[in-house]
Amino acid sequence: MNRKIVLLIVMLLCAPFLQANEAQLREDPAIKERFKAIASELRCLKCQNQTIYDSHAGLADDLKKQIKNQINAGKTDAEIVDYMVTRYGDFVRFNPAVDTKNIFLWAGPFVFLVIGGLLLYRYINVRRNEAVDDNESISEDDRLRAKSILEQSGDK
Amino acid sequence: MSRRVLPITVIVMFLAMLGFFYKGLQLDPQKLPSALLDKAAPSFTLPQLHDASKTFSLEDMKGKVWLLNVWASWCAACRQEHPLFMQLARQGGFPIYGLNYKDEIADAKQWLKQLGDPYIVSISDLEGNVGIDYGVYGVPETFLIDKEGVIRYKHVGPVSRTDWTEIIEPKMKELEG
Repeated sequence: MNRKIVLLIVMLLCAPFLQANEAQLREDPAIKERFKAIASELRCLKCQNQTIYDSHAGLADDLKKQIKNQINAGKTDAEIVDYMVTRYGDFVRFNPAVDTKNIFLWAGPFVFLVIGGLLLYRYINVRRNEAVDDNESISEDDRLRAKSILEQSGDK
Repeated sequence: MSRRVLPITVIVMFLAMLGFFYKGLQLDPQKLPSALLDKAAPSFTLPQLHDASKTFSLEDMKGKVWLLNVWASWCAACRQEHPLFMQLARQGGFPIYGLNYKDEIADAKQWLKQLGDPYIVSISDLEGNVGIDYGVYGVPETFLIDKEGVIRYKHVGPVSRTDWTEIIEPKMKELEG
């Protein structure tokens, strides 16, 4: 029982320290929201599949500091992202802007969808025409013959 | 005719995919092209490593073709390229300038003392701010800057002898020409 009380007291004593750490990040919820949005859109180049927001690599920490400074300096989100792109290239963005260099990547899937759709349409059309052709190629004689065969087999 | 369109398209697409894989799988995803290629090198003025009262700036290098090598004493790969730089420096006429990136001054000095100092001038970027301006994301990185202060080439990772003789040296000769 005594031990539990001591533990509780120690935990309570630690609480203000946790709070202090959080406070550094949480000056202003609006700024924090913006910071999170920007940092989550940027790739950490050191650990390439993580965002800067998630990463604790030295470079990611520096860039987080850079983002905060620029937010405080009154830069817009677009200006901050541009700052990163001019230094690290489009690769730094997880959601790169559409431009002439990457238009094929953006449009490619739709181009292939259209090509595939056209091929499928042609294929179906060709098959349908063939089926119709087959029907019409039966002459009147053949039809009568087929009919008589069917009737004969029905008699048996 | 139309019966052949489908198989031919499939084969063409397959070959195109094969082509992309052939090229793509040989690329190292850790090596990114510099966004600053063929653009003006970002301006900087930094204290020199060996004497912090002196500074060194990009403008000091106007009219010269030179290499800016970003390194740190904590960087293991920097040790790989170091002997090559030492050898080239001993031969003379090797315009390499060192940017000591996010390091402790004492550690950096000790490193150069121990392994040799190939740099004409060493500068220290303790905060890594110039590193950010240059888009440095891994050390070592080496920038080739021309007479007009334009970045002509960026090498990511340790410079090997082949990199030097086949890429960097010919480019430098061409720029000096």
